[in-house]
Amino acid sequence: MSAALLIEQALNGLQFGVMLFLMAAGLTLIFGVMGLINLAHGSLYMVGAFACAAVATATGSFWLGLVASLVAAALAGAIMEIVVIRRLYRRDHLDQVLATFALILMFSEGTRWLFGSFPLYLDVPEILSGAVALPGGVQYPLYRLAIIVAGIGVAILLFLLIGRTRLGIQIRAGEADREMIAALGVDIKLLYTAVFALGAALAGFAGGLVGTIQSVQVGMGEPVLILAFVVIVIGGIGSIKGAFIGALLVGITDTLGRFLLPVFFGAFMNASDATAVGSALASMLIYILMALVLVVRPGGLYGAGT
Amino acid sequence: MFRETTVNTALVAILVAVPLVAQAAGEPFIITLATKVAIFAMAGVGLNIALGYGGLVSFGHAAFFGIGGYAAGILASHAQSYTPLMTWPFAIGGTQQMLIIWPVALAASGIAALVIGALSLRTSGVYFIMITLAFAQMVFYFAVSWPAYGGEDGLPIYVRDKFPGLNTLDPLQFFAVAFACFLLAVLVSVVLSRSRFGLALQGARQNVERVRAVGIDPYRLRLVAFVISGMITGLAGALYADLNRFVSPSMLSWQTSGEIMVFVILGGVGRHFGPLAGAALFILLEHELGSVSEYWQFLLGLLLLLVVLFAHGGLIGVLTRRPHRD
Repeated sequence: MSAALLIEQALNGLQFGVMLFLMAAGLTLIFGVMGLINLAHGSLYMVGAFACAAVATATGSFWLGLVASLVAAALAGAIMEIVVIRRLYRRDHLDQVLATFALILMFSEGTRWLFGSFPLYLDVPEILSGAVALPGGVQYPLYRLAIIVAGIGVAILLFLLIGRTRLGIQIRAGEADREMIAALGVDIKLLYTAVFALGAALAGFAGGLVGTIQSVQVGMGEPVLILAFVVIVIGGIGSIKGAFIGALLVGITDTLGRFLLPVFFGAFMNASDATAVGSALASMLIYILMALVLVVRPGGLYGAGT
Repeated sequence: MFRETTVNTALVAILVAVPLVAQAAGEPFIITLATKVAIFAMAGVGLNIALGYGGLVSFGHAAFFGIGGYAAGILASHAQSYTPLMTWPFAIGGTQQMLIIWPVALAASGIAALVIGALSLRTSGVYFIMITLAFAQMVFYFAVSWPAYGGEDGLPIYVRDKFPGLNTLDPLQFFAVAFACFLLAVLVSVVLSRSRFGLALQGARQNVERVRAVGIDPYRLRLVAFVISGMITGLAGALYADLNRFVSPSMLSWQTSGEIMVFVILGGVGRHFGPLAGAALFILLEHELGSVSEYWQFLLGLLLLLVVLFAHGGLIGVLTRRPHRD
């Protein structure tokens, strides 16, 4: 094991964490403002990935595909909110879980009907292909580096949006007291749709970005959704900052665990046993991390408590 | 419109009548479907104790369903290969006797429910939903990446496990086993809900502060309910493994958790026979819609959405015209 390999894996973890943040930010925003748990958030991620793959293949331009992923997911999110989600705000969490579970079934089968069961593949755009040399003799794919930069850029924009703009003030006010801001003349219905579409666009953007790293297929959203739940539980529901810290923690723990644990067990076991034990333990690592956070702080690192 | 007892009696009568008629007509596949309904309903009865009476929205019951299934699969695989399960500190071999497998499945899923419940119940509401889902996913990934028992490919049970005095390979006799287990589970849930424990549990769902005020610790109450709930679902999982003669990580997947939840809610939350109504409707839809369209899950999702939005109290709530239980 060389230092260069370790740095590469750490960067992969960072890239994974940034993707998770894009998912978790939308979820936590929607939960914070509307009090809604949305299982279908993973479907919006899938919509983004498919939109990007389809448009990029049709036009030959990855950038158009990326725009399409944002637009398609935001649009799907807005329609979802207006037709279904709006009726769920006053219901209990059980109804929300079931209704959004039903939405997953519809989105997955709808996508399978439109695109078929075979996975789609996307090429890395010309300008971002190849590797860059980083200090320490590390060769790292430029595209993954671009994802990290883009993700951190979106995170900064999101912090500015929430902290510095009028929409952000309304969102934060909506979290604190929805009756009051409705009484102050803010169109709460429109605000809710906007927040939902914003969360959806973030998920779709994440889906569009990963399309070149992994295959685009039906059911790709739910594993990421569940990891985003872990992120939110660790970070604390409703906190964007918590989502950011939690996402990086989960991304890096997962990636480095998968890399380091088999090596660690290899020190005192034979190779095949070490791989088996190491990879089994690595697949559980982030959940163990979650359990630890729960024992110490049941409300998450930045949560207001349960 | 109908009394709930009438609806329940009719449901059970149909569940018994269908395999008998199918046997006479020489349609063993229908008997297998009825067995599947009984097993799924039992898994739902387990979840209903946590969800319906305790108000604990667990999205991770696939963990217990799968652990019960793997208990059956692992014991049977050791018996089939004549290899001991463990040799130290004392030797334990595999077995194909259901009467030994079931207690093991109950114990394994009970211990899992104790650990998951003890951690998850530190939180409530939406946290609880996400955390139970996450823990179930942890068990799922463990099963996928642990190669000893088939990993991703699953584990076959070549010959169905045995029950003394019965030929379990005969579909009707295996149905009888599954049906008896289902009835027993319903009996447990009825007795439990009417006991002092069950009343306190339902009290904790409706108003935690009052339960606390009379000196009952809601955490312990809920943990016990969660463990019993997980054990019943675990036993259903052991039966399901025997029905398919196959165990795979898909029994542990989040979709399975969702489906068990659907059985409960489709039938009617907190009703003793709700899971039976829900599981029967689900299997029926799977078959009818499956022949209408290849994309039947889209129609299932649409139907589910309509039920959540417009039909309160599930199937039993609609049939009795009493959307809220007493």
